[in-house]
This record gives sequence, structure tokens and C-alpha cells, in this order.
Amino acid sequence: MSGEAAEGAAPILEVRDLWAGTGGKTILKGVDLVVRPGEVHAIMGRNGSGKSTLTHVLMGHPAYEVQGGEVRFLGRNLLEMDVTQRARAGLFLAFQYPVAVPGVPVSSFLRTALRSVKGRDVPAREFRRTLQAAFADLGIPDAFASRYLNDGFSGGEKKRLEVLQLRLLEPTLALLDETDSGLDIDALKTVSGGIARSIEAGVSVVLVTHYQRILQYVTPHVVHVFLDGRIVRTGGAELARELESRGYDWLDAPPGTAASGPAGA
Amino acid sequence: MEARNPHDLVGEYRYGFADEDCSVFQTRRGLDEDVVRQISAIKGEPDWMLQFRLDALRMFRERPMPRWGNREILDGIDFDRIVYYVRPADRQGTTWEEVPQGIKDTFERLGIPEAERKFLAGVSAQYESEVVYHSIQDEIEKQGVVFLDMDSGLREHPDLVRRYFGTVIPPNDNKFASLNSAAWSGGTFLYVPKGVHVKIPLQAYFRINRRDMGQFERTLILADEGSSVHYIEGCTAPSYSTDSLHAAVVELIAMKGARIRYTTIQNWSRNVLNLVTKRAVAHEDATVEWVDGNLGSRLTMKYPAIHLVGPRARGEVLSIAFAGAGQHQDAGAKVIHAAPDTTSTITSKSISRDGGRASYRGLVKVHPDAHGAKVSVKCDALLLDEASRSDTYPTMEIACEDASIGHEATVSKVGDDQVFYLRSRGLTEEEATLTIVNGFIEPFVKELPMEYAVELNRLIRLEMSGSVG
Ligand SMILES: Nc1ncnc2c1ncn2[C@@H]1O[C@H](COP(=O)(O)OP(=O)(O)OP(=O)(O)O)[C@@H](O)[C@H]1O
Ligand SMILES: [Mg+2]
Repeated sequence: MSGEAAEGAAPILEVRDLWAGTGGKTILKGVDLVVRPGEVHAIMGRNGSGKSTLTHVLMGHPAYEVQGGEVRFLGRNLLEMDVTQRARAGLFLAFQYPVAVPGVPVSSFLRTALRSVKGRDVPAREFRRTLQAAFADLGIPDAFASRYLNDGFSGGEKKRLEVLQLRLLEPTLALLDETDSGLDIDALKTVSGGIARSIEAGVSVVLVTHYQRILQYVTPHVVHVFLDGRIVRTGGAELARELESRGYDWLDAPPGTAASGPAGA
Repeated sequence: MEARNPHDLVGEYRYGFADEDCSVFQTRRGLDEDVVRQISAIKGEPDWMLQFRLDALRMFRERPMPRWGNREILDGIDFDRIVYYVRPADRQGTTWEEVPQGIKDTFERLGIPEAERKFLAGVSAQYESEVVYHSIQDEIEKQGVVFLDMDSGLREHPDLVRRYFGTVIPPNDNKFASLNSAAWSGGTFLYVPKGVHVKIPLQAYFRINRRDMGQFERTLILADEGSSVHYIEGCTAPSYSTDSLHAAVVELIAMKGARIRYTTIQNWSRNVLNLVTKRAVAHEDATVEWVDGNLGSRLTMKYPAIHLVGPRARGEVLSIAFAGAGQHQDAGAKVIHAAPDTTSTITSKSISRDGGRASYRGLVKVHPDAHGAKVSVKCDALLLDEASRSDTYPTMEIACEDASIGHEATVSKVGDDQVFYLRSRGLTEEEATLTIVNGFIEPFVKELPMEYAVELNRLIRLEMSGSVG
């Protein structure tokens, strides 16, 4: 495991035995996850295993009901906070599928977001400068400032804009849901660079990914394997490499043994 | 016209129309030949106008109620209870105390300065706008532009008015056009001479303290060959009215190669029935654009129309309607392609909230010889909750085979995922919804002059906060 950023420091996020689902269906089945300041956690796992659901539940999506467990964020009971409060408290989600909001220009949205999250209004000129720098940093053409939010954006363009928001809003904890998916080789480098700079700036990260590639740019302190609604294995960066070569089948433990922690490694 | 002592204005009087200088300030309730003659006499109109009114009165009586829109509300109108004419000077005598608290509160929340609030409520004249008006008036007068209230237009340009008045919308067009033709008062007369381009948008606002804020406004705009003008009607504060029926008639004529844009943002108080007939004629190579925003009122029925009568004429209708609790916005557009290579674009957007109902009612007609006509119709409805409603009634009568027709209609709900996305960026639920709504009407808003765009966004925000009017 790479050097723990803050071993022993009070956790930023503590998820204890979290159960959640939607429409009578249970998707999360006892998730445990502890993130300390400055840590980068990678979560890998099969399609449909519940990774996005976990990020949505943590952010407070109304479609899911929490069926059990506890989540503390910066010492507060996260589950009692509404979505807006969570965002303002320093939680950020980069969406796997960012939605389009037609008619809302990117620049005015970003300014509103900045004002809402940080509670201060940046003067127009300063904001323009900040934005220009951030656009350049992520290889987004200036013309995107006046385009409508995610409207007609390519997959890669959406991901860049998600990371741009991460950079701009400077959260305490960022949940990045497959921010590396659908990117070409250069884009992956640019986007990973943006994430890495946020981490350097002190943002803690939970990174959901299917690929080992991004982990070359963003070194995780911890790698978790997520299967059927919970974390079944936790290890260091080498676990990601192992998954890449072996897949997930070897982790499918017989019922009753899967949830019992770092078995077998 | 001198303002009269406001204390004389309380109560209801009935006087003979012969005595022009008496203190008559409004006609008695109801509309009959006497009342029509009275209105015409007070204004000192020529005989042909009196005849026009009397003919229209007959048509109004004979004509049945429209069987579409909202029958229930229409059938509930009691024409005998309405006062059809109030002299403008008297309207200005209204006191601030008489303005309903709801309207005052709205002004308060809009952050409109006291002086302006009084002006908007019809309590007093606004001197600043008077000054603005005069400087614009000087400038455009040099170009030969005539920009007057309709009564003055009739007095000062009788030949022009007689030639075109009621030619686009004849008095027997529909029941409310008949009513307007019989009882009209106020409105705008605008004439732009050949080849003249009026650079700044002309706003009724500029001359509002001379305007008779009538219920039965009558507007005629004539853009002569190769000229262009943008006219803006209505202020965006809730139009305060003690009367509940508004039936305006607006006629536009764009001669060869001329261009008229007519922008309206209306925000009526909640008791108003707003039943307006708007129609334009576009001759060869002319362009007419209706930009029409409807907020407030109990029922609005308004379908700006364009008759494309000359080759290559172009028409565009861009409208939004916002229907809140207890409101029905029945709006749309009509375009008649009566000549070859004519083009029309209709974009209609509606928002319904809190059980409000928004309907799109459209008619596009392409005549057999309108070869190469192009039609594009797009209506989008946004529903903010389950209780709200949207309907579309598009009618297409295409009699020409080589016309190209595009039609698109969407109904969308404000999505949980959109709201969630925006909230995850720190917006409150209300801000998120408002952002989505503003995005939805953006294609409309960006066609507005800056100050109206700002104003419309403010009004939508007020509507969304749920407690206007
Ligand atoms: N709102 C919802 N309504 C119904 N089913 C849902 C909903 N959200 C998630 N699910 C179901 O829950 C399961 C987990 O979905 P989730 O999106 O969390 O998977 P994932 O691990 O992120 O997969 P992927 O790697 O493909 O992104 C899937 O079977 C999915 O269909
Ligand atoms: Mg997912």
C-alpha cells in the first residue's frame, strides 16, 4: 500500500453497513468504507454491482431509499442532509452520465455553482479569468462557455466538464464515477492530470473505475473490489493489476464468506 | 387632456354624450348603441368611424361565442356588467391606496422604486419616460415616422387610418374582434414611411402616460415598402386592472420588402380574461415576427397570425406561455401561405405548474399555388408537476404538394436527474427548477432586448416562488 496520507486522522467519510435500494429492490447490501483526509480510494467491480448506486446514495439522490446503516461526513450525519447541503458541505460527485440541461449556458451554470457551493460571488472579470485558465487546463475550447450544459456534448467532453467542476468547486471529498471511461488516450491524460492536481490540492477521492490505466496517473492508496452491493476485498494498488489480469470470477466466494473482509489475500 | 379632480371620480355617472365638456368619465355598464355613440362622440370621431363601430356592435351581438379555448370561462362572461369606456385622464386619478395589496407586494418584491410602482399601477405619470419619449419622438419624426395613440392617429392621419383600419382584422372576424371594433379605445398607431429603418425598438411604454390603458386597445402598424421597425408592447409589471375582460385587436401590415417585429410580454393580474386578436399581412419579400410572452391572467386566448400574401414573404411566431394555479393559457399561432416561396417558423413553448393548463392551438394553411412554401412548427411543453396539463391542437391544411412541412412536439417533465445534478452543484431545489425553466425558455429570452430579458427572468422567478397576484 502506498503511503497513507493521514493514518490515524479523523475520517472524512465513514460508511457503516449501508443498505439501500429502489422500488423495493435492494442494491447496496452492507457497504463499509472509511476515507481519511488526502486518501485516494479506487473502487472496481462488475457492471451492475451497485457502484454508481453507492455514489448516488452518498450524494442523496431521491430515487433511492436507505434501508440501513450509517454514513458520517466530516463528523456529521450525512443521511440527514439534503443534496444541496451535502454539496455545500464539501461533497462532490462527478457523474458517470452527466445530464444535459438545455438552454443553460455552461459559464452561467458554473458561476452559479461556484456561488452556491462556496457562498461567495466572484466578480465577473475574475470569474472569466478563472474559467479561462480552467478551460485551458482541461483542453476545453473557450466556445464551450456559451454552450448549453452537457447539451449535445460528446462523452469525453462531458467528462472533461465534470473534472473542470471538480477543479473549480474544490470539494473536500470527490466521488468520481467512471470519470476515465470513454476517453481517448490524450483526453485520459488531460483528465487524469486534472484529478491529480485536485488531489495535490488536498481533495480526497473515491474513484470508481473499470481500468487500471487511470491508476498510472492517479495513485490509489486503497483499492476496493465491489461485488453484488458491497466491498468484498480491499488491497493496495497491486490489487487493481491483479483484477486487470484475472477478472472478478476468482473473487466470487461461496455465500456467507464474501462479506468477511480481506479473506484469501 | 387635463386630469380631473380625483374626488369627482368616485361612483358611476351617466351623462348625455352631446355635452363634450361635461364631467363624464366612464360609460355606464353594458354595451348598446347609446354607449357606442357616446364613446365615439367623446372622442369627436368622424362619422365613418361611428358607423364602423355600430356595424361592429351588430356583428358582436349576432356572433356566437367561440366553441374552443375554454368554454366554461367564456360562457361565464357577463357582457352587461362591463364598463366599456373610461376616459384616460380619469384612470390616472386612481389613488395608490386603491391599488390591491397583492400588486403592491409584487412591486415590492420586484424591487421597483416607489415612483415607478405608482406609474405602473396607473396612478401617476412617469416623467422620466416622458423625457425619453420626447427625444425619441423628435428623432423619428424627422424620418417621417408617425407614432401616436390610436385616437390621435385617427385625428391627425384620418386618410391613412381610414384606408387600413380593420382591413387585416375585419370587425366580423370573431366575437371579440367585433367587440373591440365597437368599443375600442387607445392602442397605438404607427406608420413607417418607405425605406425608413427605425433603429431603436419603439415601446408603448414611452408614451404610456398618454396612453389609454384600455381594455379594448386597438393597434395598427403600417410599415411601408422597404422599411423596418421593432415595436414592443406592454410593460412587464402585472397589468393592474379592475376590469376583467381585455379584448385587444392588433393589425400589422408589412408592405413589399418591409420588416416588422412585434414583441409583447404580458403579465396580467389573475382575474383577467385576455382575448386578443393579432394578425399581420406580409407582402412580397416582407418579414413579420411576433414575439409573444404570456404570463398571468385567468384565461388567455391568443393566436398571433400571419398571412403571407406576397412571394418570398417570411413569418415567424415565437411564443411562451406560463400557466400557474387556476390559469389557462390557450395560445398558439396561425400562418397562411398564400404565395410561392413563403416561409414560416412557429416556435411555441409552454410551462405549466401547480395545476395550470397550457394549450397550443395552431393552424398552418398552404394554398394550392404556394409552391415551395416552407413550414416549420415546433411546440415544447414543460410540466413542473403531475397536476399540471398541456395539450396541443395543431391543424395543418396543406393544399400544395411541393410544400415542405416540419412539425415537432415535445412534452417534458422537469426531471429528477436534472434537479439532482444541479443540486449536487449546490443549488437549492427551487434554484435548480428555476434554472431548468429558464433554460427551457432561453430560445425565447434571447430574442428579447436586454431589459425585457432581465425582466422576464425576474417574473418567471416570481411565478416560481409561487405567490404572485
Ligand atoms: N433508479 C434505479 N431504478 C431501478 N434499478 C436501478 C436504479 N439504479 C440502479 N438500479 C439497478 O441497480 C443495479 C446497480 O446499478 P449501478 O448503476 O449502481 O451499477 P454499476 O456498478 O455502477 O454498474 P456499471 O459498472 O455498469 O456502471 C443495476 O442492476 C441497476 O439496473
Ligand atoms: Mg456505474
